[in-house]
Order: sequence, then structure tokens, then C-alpha cells
Amino acid sequence: MLFDLQIESSDIVAVMGPSGSGKSTLLNLVAGFERPDAGRILIGGQDVTDLAPARRPVSMVFQENNLFAHLTVEQNVGLGRSPRLRLSEQDRTDIAAALERTGLVGKERRLPHALSGGERQRVALARVLVRDRPVLLLDEPFASLGPALRDGMLDLMKELHRDHAMTILMATHDPRDAARLTETMIVVDGGRIAGIGSTSDFLSGNGPEAFDLYLGAQGRKE
Amino acid sequence: MTRSTSFNGRIAAGAFALAAIAFLVGGAFAGLLVEATGDWRGALAAFDPYLVRVARFTLWQALLSTVLSVIPAIFVARALARHPRFFGRSFILQLFAVPLALPAIVAALGVLALYGRAGYFAPVFSALAQDRWPGIYGLSGILVAHVFFNLPLAARLLLAALENIPTNQWRLSAQLGMGARASFRFIEWPVLRAALPGVAGLVFMLCATSFTIVLTLGGGPRATTLEVAIYQALRFDFDPARAIALTLTQVALTALIVAAMGRLGASVTGDASLPASPRRALFPGNSEKLANAAIILTALAFVAGPMLATVLAGLQSELSRLAQEAAFLAALRTSLIFSASSAALCLLLSIALVMARRALEIRRGGGSIGPFEQMTDTGAMLVLIVPPIIIGAGWFILLRHLGDVFAFAPMMVITVNAVMAMPFTVRVLRPAHDAASARHEKLCLALGIGGWNRVRLVDWPSLRGPAGTAFAFAMALSLGDLGVIALFGSDQVQTLPYLLLQRMSSYRTADAAGLALFLGLLCMVLMFLAGRWGKERA
Repeated sequence: MLFDLQIESSDIVAVMGPSGSGKSTLLNLVAGFERPDAGRILIGGQDVTDLAPARRPVSMVFQENNLFAHLTVEQNVGLGRSPRLRLSEQDRTDIAAALERTGLVGKERRLPHALSGGERQRVALARVLVRDRPVLLLDEPFASLGPALRDGMLDLMKELHRDHAMTILMATHDPRDAARLTETMIVVDGGRIAGIGSTSDFLSGNGPEAFDLYLGAQGRKE
Repeated sequence: MTRSTSFNGRIAAGAFALAAIAFLVGGAFAGLLVEATGDWRGALAAFDPYLVRVARFTLWQALLSTVLSVIPAIFVARALARHPRFFGRSFILQLFAVPLALPAIVAALGVLALYGRAGYFAPVFSALAQDRWPGIYGLSGILVAHVFFNLPLAARLLLAALENIPTNQWRLSAQLGMGARASFRFIEWPVLRAALPGVAGLVFMLCATSFTIVLTLGGGPRATTLEVAIYQALRFDFDPARAIALTLTQVALTALIVAAMGRLGASVTGDASLPASPRRALFPGNSEKLANAAIILTALAFVAGPMLATVLAGLQSELSRLAQEAAFLAALRTSLIFSASSAALCLLLSIALVMARRALEIRRGGGSIGPFEQMTDTGAMLVLIVPPIIIGAGWFILLRHLGDVFAFAPMMVITVNAVMAMPFTVRVLRPAHDAASARHEKLCLALGIGGWNRVRLVDWPSLRGPAGTAFAFAMALSLGDLGVIALFGSDQVQTLPYLLLQRMSSYRTADAAGLALFLGLLCMVLMFLAGRWGKERA
């Protein structure tokens, strides 16, 4: 795989492409879960290629398994502040604020299995808020949610982006999610960047050929 | 009509298999009961301080063995989980599977060759203690051998639990900056805590019913367990009343343990298969890397030590003379015939049970499970509550009324060893058979394929691989077993483990070492074949 890519700060970017094309690898490289064989990764001008994941200015939300099943909502969010759960008064205030922001008031003491799929992803977002890192990576975060929940989450993402101005990269298979949330689109195909441009342009049929093939008939109707 | 007859054949086979198991276990209990009612005063009098002491020692050594195996295993499993890729990792995991296949008597000899009075470490220990090293016998010997068997088993089971942690959770811990302690607390410990009762229960059960290790390494009346005491009561003191008291105590104890394990949700057969190591994002610091390396190397040395000692001591013996000895050749022949017959019988019984269970399941549709189906499901596990020595002891007491007990040796060894392996073989066969049945059942009914034709054309091809695995496994288990043969063996009927035990007790150590090497290799080859056939299926 070979990625050559530059993203503006505070942009919201959709990463689209067929399964196995390298979307997740791209995100894992930015997060630091995988190391490049060659080349460099810069975030905000700083070379992070050799930094451990925890030291990078990055948060990530996965499709599932974002929460520790044996910890309460509050503790799961608190881990974003202290990986050993040593929380100060200030930390607790911030956690409460993040939970309020993500609509989880009253569910602080619940365990993940007592939450709906949408609520679990909200907890993960609340943790992103208390971590307060400038880059947010989303790996198909809403893929297992129904349409209504999905719309609610996308609205929440929009608000969070407006308030915090993070740079967001979201891997997704759904052109509607991309259209609702993102400004820019990256198309990944066969381990390479097949194109980068405006989301609305790409979705109205002006994207690279690989993208049209990937969307098939479904995308063009949008 | 076709439908019901096609099921009836399989169900009848299962009923027959269950009846055979019930006869074997029931006969043993009948023997005990007849004797107990005949001499109930004697049996009652045998519940004496000696029995209490033996029962207490049985539990005490099992408890110590469990603690000493499982707690280090936590650290070993964790160290292996934290380093999903390093040179030699898969070799270590394979080495950790070897004790499962090694006959207990071979392991006991390996432990003695290393730590015994004349062992390889004796000069070192003597120099350290500034006194002649007495060798490990008694409790210390039992514990070392039990840990040798169970630490690798526990480590593999716990590692399997750790490897089931979703990749994203490891990634998350890396992103959140959890160190070794925090990730132990939040990621590893919750998973380990869930797996521990089962693993500890299994190890405790194995140690509480361990016979060969205690027989060969335990010393005198101070380090005797119930099973060994039963053996001594029958073979040396010929005191059936005492044997009955001991047997009842043992059955009560194991039943209690199994019931407790069932409550804890433990798996009594212990599956040692590991999932392939997934790619995991782990970033241990340098000091943690060093600590993990030390833990893994120590465990490796502890497990590999007795194996190496077995090989070295075996090579030093006069192997070529031993191989030409008449007693050896006779024992080898007997062992091969017994274990092959036992494995064949085990396979037949297991397949019959598996087919009957599936047939009953299909016939009842969605209804509730009947008692008969329940029996085909769990009947094979009966032998776990009633250890082979108990079955052997019951029949020993019963058969002595019918003539020369030792003449029944072949029958007893073959049948008891066959039933002993069933919990494992059923587990190998059932998934393959049920999956094939789910695919082919309707087709067979539609085409009218039934009876023998069905077995030949449909069932056997899908069962061939697992059946090979099960056969090799059952044969290895039977080949290395020193349980029933210890009771029924004589100068006329000797298996390799029995011959080994005799050479050991007459202090012909070099001969014993050579035999151990030979027996160990034989079992390893069978286990290797079992693994190969198991993989071809996948």
C-alpha cells in the first residue's frame, strides 16, 4: 500500500472505497496502530511516525468494542483523561459535561451491556471530548446503527465539530453519511489514493472512475 | 417409515453404547456394594484416622498443586499475550502442549532424572545445601510433577482467553496510554478473572485424581492419596473393606468437585486449542519486555527440563539391549494390542453416542430434551466422576469371586481405557458429525439413503478426519496409562507402563529411563498424528 495525502486542519473528510482497499490501514497508520514500512506521518507539522499511539494528538472511535464491558459509562469516559482512572475534581466536572453534551445524563453508572448501540457510540464520543485531541478518526462508527440513530449521531458529530474544530477522518461505506457530514472525500482503491475532492462533486458523478464503480447504481441516484 | 427406521438404527446404537458404559460403571459399584453388605462392619471400621489423613492429604496436595500451577500461569499467559510475535513463540506453545500427551509415568521419571537423589541437579543441590541432596520424594516431588503437567495447560487455557479480547480493546489501551499495570487492571484481569474458576477447577480435579504421579513420587503413608491407598489396599494388604471405604470417599469427593465446577461453569475436559494470534497493537516498555522475557524463559526451562532429562537419561541406558529383551518385546506387543483395541472400542462407542444424540435431537424437533437424549449428551462424562481406578477396584473385588482376577486383565484394561478417553473423543467427533448431519439430513431423506449405505457414503467421509484424531488420541491415552493395569497387571500380562513401574521399584533405573524414552516417543508420535489429522479436516 502507498498513501500520499495531505488534509487541511479542521476539515471533515470521508474515506470511501471497497472493503480491503486500505481504508482501515490508512486510519491505523494515522493512529499509530500500524507502522509504515517507509515514509513519514506529520500531524500539525509534527513528525509522529515514531510516536506510540497514546502520544499522538489523535482519538479514534471503532465500529464496536469501544467500551470496556466491566466498567461503568463514567469510568469508560474517565479513561480518556487518566489511563489509571485517577481523576481530579476538574476531571469529574469535565466528564459530567461531556456526558451531558452527548445526551447521556442519568446513565453514568450503567454498564455497557445495559445501553443501546447508539448510546455506546455516544459514550465513545464523550471520551473523545474529554481527551480533547485535535484529530478524530472514525472507523465506520455508525455502521451497526439504524437510520434514525445514525441521523442523530451525524447531527451530534456536526455540533461537536462546530464547537471543537477537530480534523475528522471517517471511513464509511454509506454515501448518505458522507453527504450529510463531510466536506471533502478521499477515495481509496487497491491500497492507493484514487482521488481527493469535494464530497458533493464526487457524489454527483464527478469522482474518479473507481468511485463510480464502487457506488454502482445506488450512489448516482443520490 | 424410512424416516423412522433411519433414526431407529442410530438411536439403538446409542442405547447400546450407553448400556455398555452403564454396565462397566454399574458392575464396579455392584462389586463394591456386594462386598460392603457382606462385611459392613469391616467397611465401617475402615473409616478411621488413616482414611481421614489420606483424604486430607489428597485435597491438600491438589490445592497446593493448583495454586502453584495457576498463579504462575497467569503471568506466563500474560507475558505471551503481550508479545504476539517473537522468535520461538509458536515453538514454546507447542512445547507447552507436550505434557498433555506425555504419560504420567514418563513425566515422573523425567522429574526424578532431574531433581532425584541421583538426578542431574543432585550435585548442584548438594553443593548448595552443603549436605547430600536427598532427592525429591513425597509432597515436593508430587508438587513439582503436578506443576510440570498443569502450569503449561493452565497457561495455554488462560492465553486462549486473553487472545479472545477484541483487537480494538488493545488498540484503545494503546491510544489511551495505559501502561502495563493499567492495561492489566482494565483489559487483562477481567478476562482472566472470568476464566480462572474453570481453569483452576480443572487443574484441581486433575490433581485430586492423579494416581501415577503420587504412586511413583509419593513416599510412604505420609504422602498417599485416596487412589493410591485404594491400590495399596487391594494389591498389597488385600483389604477389600478398606478399599470400599476409600472408594466411597473418593467418589463422594470427586462428585463434590465436579458439582462445584459445574456451578463455576468450568469445562471438565479442558480444550487446549489456541486461536491464531491476531495482529495486535501492543507497545510494552523496555522494563516490561525484560520482565516478560524472564518469566517466559523460566517457565520454558521448568517445562523443558524434565523432558530433556528423560531424553538424556534414556539415551544413556542400553537401548539396544533393552530393545531385544523378551520382557520388553512382550510388553510392547501387549501395549499395542491393548491400546489399539481400546481406541477402536472407544471410537465405536463415541460415534454411536454422537449419532444417537443427533438423531434424537432431530426427531424431537423443537420439543424439550428427554432424559435419554440428555444421557447421550453427558453419559460419556460419567467417567470423570468415577475415575478408572475406582472402576478397576470395583471389578477387582467382584471378579475375585469368579476365579483368577488377573486373567481378566486384558478385558478390564481395554474397556476401562476406552471409556476413559470418551469425554475427549466425543468432543472431537460431535461438531464434525453434527455439522455434516445438518447439511445432509434432508438430502438423505429425499434420496432414500439410509442404514449402512448412509454410513458408508455420507457419514464416514465427513467423520474420517476427526475419527483419525480421536483414535490416535485415545490410543496414546491408553498406551501411557498406568491405572487399571496397576491393579490387574501380573507377570503374565504386562504393558509398557507396568514394566516401567516394575523396573523402577526394583531400582533398575537405567532400564526404566530407556523404557520411558521409548514410551514417551510412541505417545508423541500418536499425538502428532492426531494433530495432523485434525488439521487436514479444517
